[in-house]
Amino acid sequence: MTEAVRIDPVEVAPAAMPGARAAAASQPSVLRHAVYVIGQNPVTGLAFGLFLLIVLCAIFGPLIAPYDPLASDTDAAYQAPSAAHWFGTDQLGRDILSRVIAATRLDLTIAVFSVALVFLLGGVSGVMAGFFGGWTDRIVGRLIDTIMAFPLFVLAMGIVAALGNTVTNIVLATAIVNFPLYARVARAEANVRRDAGFVQAARLCGNGELRIVLTQILPNVMPIMVVQMSLTMGYAILNAAGLSFIGLGVRPPTPEWGIMVAEGAADMVSGKWWIAFFPGGALMLAVFCFNLLGDGLRDIVDPQRRT
Amino acid sequence: MGIAPKVRRLWQGCAGAMPTLRTRHVVVTAMLRKIGKRLATVIPSLVGVIVVTFLLTRVLPGDTAAYFAGPAASAQAIEDVRKQLGLDRPLSEQFIRYVSDLAHGDLGKSLTTGQSVTADIAARLPASAELTLLGLVAAMLIAVPLGIVAAVRQGSPVDHACRIVATAGVSLPVFFTGLLLSYVFYYRLGWAAEPLGRLSFLYAPPPTITGFYLIDSLIARDFELFRAAASQLVLPVATLAIFSLAPIARMTRASMLAVLASDFVRTARAGGLSPGTVVMTYAFRNAMLPVVTTLGMVFSFLLGANVLVEKVFAWPGIGSYAVEALIASDFAPVQGFVLTMAAIYVLLNLAIDLIYGVIDPRVRIEA
Repeated sequence: MTEAVRIDPVEVAPAAMPGARAAAASQPSVLRHAVYVIGQNPVTGLAFGLFLLIVLCAIFGPLIAPYDPLASDTDAAYQAPSAAHWFGTDQLGRDILSRVIAATRLDLTIAVFSVALVFLLGGVSGVMAGFFGGWTDRIVGRLIDTIMAFPLFVLAMGIVAALGNTVTNIVLATAIVNFPLYARVARAEANVRRDAGFVQAARLCGNGELRIVLTQILPNVMPIMVVQMSLTMGYAILNAAGLSFIGLGVRPPTPEWGIMVAEGAADMVSGKWWIAFFPGGALMLAVFCFNLLGDGLRDIVDPQRRT
Repeated sequence: MGIAPKVRRLWQGCAGAMPTLRTRHVVVTAMLRKIGKRLATVIPSLVGVIVVTFLLTRVLPGDTAAYFAGPAASAQAIEDVRKQLGLDRPLSEQFIRYVSDLAHGDLGKSLTTGQSVTADIAARLPASAELTLLGLVAAMLIAVPLGIVAAVRQGSPVDHACRIVATAGVSLPVFFTGLLLSYVFYYRLGWAAEPLGRLSFLYAPPPTITGFYLIDSLIARDFELFRAAASQLVLPVATLAIFSLAPIARMTRASMLAVLASDFVRTARAGGLSPGTVVMTYAFRNAMLPVVTTLGMVFSFLLGANVLVEKVFAWPGIGSYAVEALIASDFAPVQGFVLTMAAIYVLLNLAIDLIYGVIDPRVRIEA
């Protein structure tokens, strides 16, 4: 099976980019390297397939789902997985497969929004701190230290409890606890480049400091930040699901993986395993997929950090 | 032929060499100075923690008095609470009052239990500590040997197993693992005790000395009780261990690989030392340094995961206390919980750094 996925980079790369042969010979091509890395590690290909499935579920969820995820049918409560209900039904007779599919959109939305938010906040403040140093650096550094002084999940709990029990606040809390990861990376990347040759050249040409940050530093920091995004995506999903598992954020009957596991928790020890198993399994697969993709992407963008 | 034993003896002599009295004195004062410096860095962290927990309640949108009064309070009751808590005063005055309350160990009063939050947390802390510490110990006992073997036999089945554990472990939602384990080992196989609390209802808890049931039951020489408490601990501890295995195993493997590729290991090998001595005496001790550093991150995960595990196993620790309070919109316990956890975490990080200084001679001398 693995042989089918494996692609020889040397043969494929020039064919994939006709006319780019001369360019590829002179400078290493990103695409060629990507094909090579994926060919080396078929698991990344598998994760990519899984990722497409998750995205499809998130976009077309309501169309794919065989039943209405909110419709209860007390006559059909507690049914084990069968041909009619692939994943069985829960205590209210709702179809679990439909609920698992419908939950994909909400879980993915929470994760994407929180990661995008922290990408913006952490990226900008980290780059500023690394490039300008001085007071900016001290303030951002103190902020990072303060957040890092808390166990992250506990801080997220406190933030949601204080701000109010809504999905928006889950997004916000997840973004805040991830802030140090982004700000630190952006700071380090910007710091090594603050006096690089191309920055000094730009300065010599009369560019203002802010313009240098935007046109010279940011584009260079971006690839690492994107990797950081895919690496923390899985954690964002886990964090949000954990919060809703303890009853924060998402309210029943909204389908969401964490809260569905919580709903099935009591029935798990009395043998009705399917109520919590399928949403939990979906959550696990999604996080696994994002972690593998993150590792794969890191290998492509930043080969030195390969493990 | 004749030279190998001689070199080996020489090498072993070096490994066991003690610093002279004079250098030892220098080392000790340098170490004390370093400890003092490190202790001073705890203060800004704690200040940050206190400011954040204060801000969480007072500055953010939402009526703090309404939070503290609880969901069923009347307008008059909310007004009373506002006066009683001093929320009608300026913010700076409130902060001073908050800090002085903290200094007196006063974290407010829980509406659900009717007791002071400090007393509640103190009563429940041992349950959480017993669980978390055992979870960490179990994880270390599995992850460190796994990481070592994976690094020594790179590319072997053990190495692949280590990789899978490292990736799967961070992907597992801890509450889901707990449920799966209790389904399989309690419901299906019947091996484990019912996943409800610290002790089966058949037993009375041992007289409280340390608050750790395992230790207290041993002190009381009640071995049946010890067995009962241990059987309740197995599943939640396993859940926490599976969760924290991954970062420790990954770090052990990576740092062992780096150390095994270093010059001094090559020299030790060339000197004719047995592979076991090279790995355990030379490589292992050096490889553990980065692992100790990662423990800080592991604790951050572990203290958070603890909340979820306590909820799954109905464990009467501070995590489930906070969750119950959250559901009831009882804010004082939540605030107390966040503050306690953060303080514990800051102190744990301090302990880790101090241990690091003790086991790494270079840190001692450079300081």
